[in-house]
Amino acid sequence: MCDTCGCNVTQGNRHLIEAGGKHEHTHDGKVAVEVLQNLLSENDHQAGHNRQHFDNHGVLAVNLMSSPGSGKTSLLEATIDALNQEFRIAVIEGDLETENDAERIRSKGISAVQITTGTACHLDAHMVHSALHQLNLDDLDIVFVENVGNLVCPASFDLGQHLNVTLLSVTEGDDKPAKYPVIFRAADAVLITKSDLLPYLDDFKPEQAEQAIRHLASEAPVLNLSARNSSTLDNWLTWLRKAFAIQAARRAAGETTKPKIQPSGEKLHAHG
Amino acid sequence: MHELAVCQAMLEQVADIASREQASEITRIVVRIGPLSGVVPELLEQAFTIARAGTIAQQAELITESTSIRVRCSQCGAETEAGINRMICGECGDYHTQLLSGDELLLASVELNRAEQAVE
Repeated sequence: MCDTCGCNVTQGNRHLIEAGGKHEHTHDGKVAVEVLQNLLSENDHQAGHNRQHFDNHGVLAVNLMSSPGSGKTSLLEATIDALNQEFRIAVIEGDLETENDAERIRSKGISAVQITTGTACHLDAHMVHSALHQLNLDDLDIVFVENVGNLVCPASFDLGQHLNVTLLSVTEGDDKPAKYPVIFRAADAVLITKSDLLPYLDDFKPEQAEQAIRHLASEAPVLNLSARNSSTLDNWLTWLRKAFAIQAARRAAGETTKPKIQPSGEKLHAHG
Repeated sequence: MHELAVCQAMLEQVADIASREQASEITRIVVRIGPLSGVVPELLEQAFTIARAGTIAQQAELITESTSIRVRCSQCGAETEAGINRMICGECGDYHTQLLSGDELLLASVELNRAEQAVE
């Protein structure tokens, strides 16, 4: 279990384990204390702080999640090639080890901060906060966070992003949304990647994948693309431009947004 | 796989409560977990047996209350039970539904002994 996957202590949460974190809530009762607080409220608090950083600088933050090898970095390279003249982009890369992905991004002339989690299976808000201090947000329009390749753990941790994008490559199978519902349900957009391979895979039906996503009560757009073919990127680039425009309008109105189903303390209180 | 990280966050919260309540020990922790939270109750319980060592909750029991997934249909208004990968309306089958419960990840309550109570 966690002894094997080692996701227990990350660079970002170590201080919480070693020293007492701060909470501001009240409760009463002599013996039994009602709490009704999100178990990840410390992470959520930091995530809210990150989101404020992004908002204050007019930056749109997009979290990319998928299994390893589904093409997150290739998508980013293709997106940078297409939008580099239009937006000022930076990338926060999450991997267990190596600077490889950050170097791929930097070779495009783009700032990239590599977070190496060691053995941890997800990014958390504290790690992203540390990475933010290495970026000059004043000079940026869009920050992509490329989460650790993993279809399970990243879904549970708010990083302070505005939108979640979940990738599904056609070699993984069209039933992945049914098998990993939590992460696909968290998506504001689902990208079916490596679509250039579809002619060779008679068992992957994009419409089946979309139906599995609809069964999660998700209205997220499902876009087919191949990072190797720039002509297939139009829907994704349009979605991104629109998201940026909406974020700019939201910021002008002094508002912010979270990924649509990110659990929040307030929402969970209502459920309790 | 991330249940130990969640467990450690939980124990931090519990330690804060214990300190504020001047507790000498924590005897019971109750959490409420929905299937859509992405946290597996059994794995959290296993993680707890490791993570509680050396904390004020080292003698505590962890109770995990599971919640069920319920949705309200935006089309026909029905409130029905749903499955983790089948959250469509149980009445009309439409996928435009709102989640009523099932994504909880809550520290519900903590039972503790006060410092003076511990002295016998």
